[in-house]
Amino acid sequence: MLAALRCIVERDLLLAWRRRADVLTTLFFFVIVISLFPLGVGPDPALLRTMAPGILWVAALLASMLALGRLFAPDHADGTLEQMALSTEPLTVIVAGKVLAHWLVSGMPLVLLSPVLALQYDLPLPSVLVLFISLLLGTPVLSLIGAIGAALTLGVRGGGVLVGVLVLPLYVPVLIFGAGAVGAEAAGVGVAAHLLLLGGALAASIALAPWATAAALRIALE
Amino acid sequence: MTLEAHDLARIRGGRTLFSSIDLRVGAGEALWLSGANGSGKSSLLRILCGLSRPAAGTVAWNGADIRRAREDFHADLFYCGHAPGLKDDLPAWRNIDVSQRLSGHAGGIDQAARALALFGLEHALHLPCGILSQGQRKRVALARLALTPRPRLLILDEPFSALDKDSVAALHALLEQHLDAGGSVVYTTHQDLELAAHRLHRLDLSEASCSLP
Repeated sequence: MLAALRCIVERDLLLAWRRRADVLTTLFFFVIVISLFPLGVGPDPALLRTMAPGILWVAALLASMLALGRLFAPDHADGTLEQMALSTEPLTVIVAGKVLAHWLVSGMPLVLLSPVLALQYDLPLPSVLVLFISLLLGTPVLSLIGAIGAALTLGVRGGGVLVGVLVLPLYVPVLIFGAGAVGAEAAGVGVAAHLLLLGGALAASIALAPWATAAALRIALE
Repeated sequence: MTLEAHDLARIRGGRTLFSSIDLRVGAGEALWLSGANGSGKSSLLRILCGLSRPAAGTVAWNGADIRRAREDFHADLFYCGHAPGLKDDLPAWRNIDVSQRLSGHAGGIDQAARALALFGLEHALHLPCGILSQGQRKRVALARLALTPRPRLLILDEPFSALDKDSVAALHALLEQHLDAGGSVVYTTHQDLELAAHRLHRLDLSEASCSLP
């Protein structure tokens, strides 16, 4: 089972490397959205510090959603998804591998970039650290929930818009606890509760999302 | 090693493609699905390999429902549909390697090279599939048939289309060899090419309902 997981992760990372432009587009979107706000609202540091958690998290959420179209659609179009569904390995494991690879190329770079981008908002170092941890816990949840939406809308006309309608409401708790953790740090309130809730959401998503996604993919293939 | 289907029906867009289909394909037997375009050949193949759900009826492999004994069935199954199931950005050998590893077997470039050589594609080993012609891509997809161990049941949708004469001969020989070894084949083709199987069944889906003994 682990061999199949490794095989899929290797394959998808290799494909992402061959299609570097797609990955960079998501990153560029993230950087641009975050960089536009200070230009739009002005250089008031207090205002920027207040807005930073929400902006950074919403940008991460939208960038993560942008990448969902690449999760299953290319495999569906070229028939490799059928081959995966008929492999001896459980589809749930294959889905887990695909989501992990997806997060590594579209989620983790956002996490790594966020401390640098947070400098534009004059965030103090402890807040930047909390932002980093909250994104580290939250972005995998975005990928896992997004995978369910991507699978449900596979092959559907206008699926790109539909996936947003489906998954954005499900992203709300992650956004609230993620941005809330940074806000709580800035306000001097404990951040443990927020981060624990994000960790809980991650654990629940790891347990349930691959299974739900695999079921949705089987329906889409029919 | 028997594939059995009982009372299969498929409805698409409110139209019944086929109904009351009974079939049985045992070891060393082949089933040739024929019929006009749109008669439901590909749909039937997808039902037989468990990708689609029939409107009615059941499919069993060795007596067990293929949806309940999915893991055992998939270990014995090779399916090649209309889409070749290849990634354009990956080299031919890597595509074959991934298939082999997802089937729970050890992969590797050597095994992929031998499989590709059988279909005259030694030179394409390191080439991305995206730059290959349609026929060459089909040959890469079919080269997976030459991997060992070969699954017992082969379900092939138009395997001879887009192939050159040598590749048709290579595939034909490979399928004959598979049947001689006690394997089973279900395939569709519009070409006038019959396998000299120990028992070759032919099912014409142009009829509304069909059955085989």
